[in-house]
Amino acid sequence: MALLSCGQQQATVQETAAAPEEVGGGQSTVSDSESAPNVVQVAVGSADHSTLVAAVKAGELVDALSNAGPFTVFAPTNTAFDKLPAGTVDDLLKPENKEKLQDILQYHVYVGVISETIVQDGMKLNQVNGGDVVLNKKDGKITINGANILGSVKASNGIVYVIDAVLLPPSPESK
Amino acid sequence: MKTSRIYGLLALAAISALTFNSCKPKGPKEVATGDAASKVYVAPGKYDEFYNVVSGGFNGQIGIYGIPSGRLFRILPVFSLSPENGYGFSEETKPMLNTSHGFVPWDDLHHIALSTTKGEHDGRWIFANGNNTPRVARVSFKSFRTEEILEIPNSGGNHSSPFITENTEYLVAGTRFSVPMGGKDVPISSYKENFKGSISFIKVDPQTGHMNIAFQLRTPGFNFDLSRAGKGPSHGWFFFSCYNTEQAYTLLEVNASQKDKDFIMAVNWKKAEEYLAAGKGKIEKVKYAHNTYSEKTHSATTVMENEVTVLDVQELSDLVYFIPCPKSPHGCDVDPSGEYIVGSGKLAAMMPVFSFSKIQNAIAKKEYEGDFNGIPVIKYESALHGEVKKPGLGPLHTEFDEKGNAYTSFFVSSEIVKWNVKTLEILDRVPTYYSIGHLSVPGGPTSKPHGKYVIAYNKITKDRYLPTGPELTQSAQLYDISGDKMQLLLDFPTTGEPHYAEAIPASLISGNTTKIYKIEENENPYASKGESQARVERKGKEVHVYMTAIRSHLTPDNIEGVKVGDDVYFHVTNLEQDWDVPHGFAIKGALNAEILIMPGETQTLKWQPTEAGVVPFYCTDFCSALHQEMQGYMRVSPAGSNTPLKFSTGKIEDQNTGAGK
Repeated sequence: MALLSCGQQQATVQETAAAPEEVGGGQSTVSDSESAPNVVQVAVGSADHSTLVAAVKAGELVDALSNAGPFTVFAPTNTAFDKLPAGTVDDLLKPENKEKLQDILQYHVYVGVISETIVQDGMKLNQVNGGDVVLNKKDGKITINGANILGSVKASNGIVYVIDAVLLPPSPESK
Repeated sequence: MKTSRIYGLLALAAISALTFNSCKPKGPKEVATGDAASKVYVAPGKYDEFYNVVSGGFNGQIGIYGIPSGRLFRILPVFSLSPENGYGFSEETKPMLNTSHGFVPWDDLHHIALSTTKGEHDGRWIFANGNNTPRVARVSFKSFRTEEILEIPNSGGNHSSPFITENTEYLVAGTRFSVPMGGKDVPISSYKENFKGSISFIKVDPQTGHMNIAFQLRTPGFNFDLSRAGKGPSHGWFFFSCYNTEQAYTLLEVNASQKDKDFIMAVNWKKAEEYLAAGKGKIEKVKYAHNTYSEKTHSATTVMENEVTVLDVQELSDLVYFIPCPKSPHGCDVDPSGEYIVGSGKLAAMMPVFSFSKIQNAIAKKEYEGDFNGIPVIKYESALHGEVKKPGLGPLHTEFDEKGNAYTSFFVSSEIVKWNVKTLEILDRVPTYYSIGHLSVPGGPTSKPHGKYVIAYNKITKDRYLPTGPELTQSAQLYDISGDKMQLLLDFPTTGEPHYAEAIPASLISGNTTKIYKIEENENPYASKGESQARVERKGKEVHVYMTAIRSHLTPDNIEGVKVGDDVYFHVTNLEQDWDVPHGFAIKGALNAEILIMPGETQTLKWQPTEAGVVPFYCTDFCSALHQEMQGYMRVSPAGSNTPLKFSTGKIEDQNTGAGK
């Protein structure tokens, strides 16, 4: 939650917005306590996904993922991020690595709702970053690029699959 | 599945949604500069610079707005009934909504095409598509009235329409849904075998604007989405985006996204004309309605047409080529020079820009990667000018300015991205609030864009205006594009769901507008061209009231001798010859609507009395200081009674008091 407090940003606005008039934030700023949570809000609500949420924010994808979508989001847990080589996450969160971070995050998102019932063994999904992931289904257990799916949560604008590894996109040449 | 984790996650989601939403990140990107208000301010009595002709989507109408103010001037009924003015309710306008299925009082109007001459707006006609029951309409820029509606046979849904060639030679009507032709009763699963696509080329008469289907192309079965005509060097060609080349017939959300690339279909329509002239077309028996409205008779007529000429693209060579285009292309937009064609794969991570000259070169050298149902598929690289890399998420549509820049809408990332057509370099991006669909630059689809603004038509409004329950206003946003950076100037609400729109300089339109209809030119057979012609005639069970309206009385205003079970027709002629003095007519218990009658015009409302009594009628349009006195009575007697037919205005039975008995 701490990363979403916005005192700091509002201070920025006051500095830069002397002449300009405010015209509003993106779709994530809509005040609505009645609607079901969207994929971002689902992730924000999970203590196991604070790293992912920090990354989504740093990658400036909060508004896009608050959109109508619909999205299928594969959401690595904090533990999954912890499995990456030391320093990887900190590196990715640096402003200069925003494009790389966006590429990785967009590799975790598909536009369309792939519910568990329509997953077929060997199903290929072309992700938002342009790369493909492969879903496998054996004895009712679904994996994505070999990562395990630990559970799923329906969101207002799609579905979130909790996964136990970070998916790393293939290099652009092999996409 | 670890259910406890999931429940915890959900519970947290509910709590955190509040925390999350209370946080409004606002940065410099989300502000408009202080001079925005002055840029959109049109002083009282002053005019807007552009007309914005905006499709109404599921309201079946067209909205006319002013730019830069965003003010709504009128809603023009096209495919939908309008109880406001009687369109589709009056006897004169009912035929406009006839189809081969009968009277269809609604449609889903998505796209606008303004008539052009030499690639530039000529200010003559507005064309629009009916997406649901396939139709194309023509609206006059003089009267702002729907003058013609042509049904499209052999079509499953007219989405890829009504895009226009540079001299308004043709409009196209491409089917969104491929269907079995001729109403064949076949299993849905036989899609690949039995389902076909159909693209109609509608010839437009250069003088009258009258439309006729010149020919249809029979194509392989998949979905046609959007289209643009070539211009300049590519005049003679048409480009269509195609999706579902997987030929899926269920759960397209998944099954139509399997292939890495679908197609843009390039059609050489000059070649089609040659084949047609050479007798290569096959006549097919079909049934479709062709409805035209006459400004002379103020009436519409329906002609049921019964054949079309079909050219099969799989049998005729050099007519059609496919160009691979990534991931379900939506927009397929041709730049002002006519050289570049932008494909917007709505699920693609980049946007290809194709080169017309390279396409021609590839065809000449047969640089094909194969064929699809016998139709050559040009090698992607051979047709490609270049790719716009990582432009945004969910590209949909592209418009152009006069400086070589393109403006593409991105639904998922909710933004407009400005880029250079030649260098493919991204120059600027601005957020839209929220989830933009179509966009419009004045003159943007023509050879000579007027630039200055880009207007976003958004799909989601949420919190942008005061809330009105679950159903909210639709929304558009105006951006200044005169500088290097786009600047948000204005939010303005729209009706219906706006899809495509065009903006045209007011100077091309406003001087030519119809103000009144000359009464002496009124050829409506039921017109009364003066109060002396007002009368009531009985023809069996039909009672025809030839009524006139002028400030501030209706003639006749006392009518007796009508009986329960009669069909009463009020043929109301507005005798005024004065701009903006319409009269209206309404009668209690009418099961249809009111009618508005413009100066010099005649319109007819049908009414069926169901019980005896005296029934008031009145003028509905506040016409004068004595508008409230503009009323009358109809006496209805029981069926079979002998009440004589009588009518009058100003005839007072008791001369002493000035009142009745």
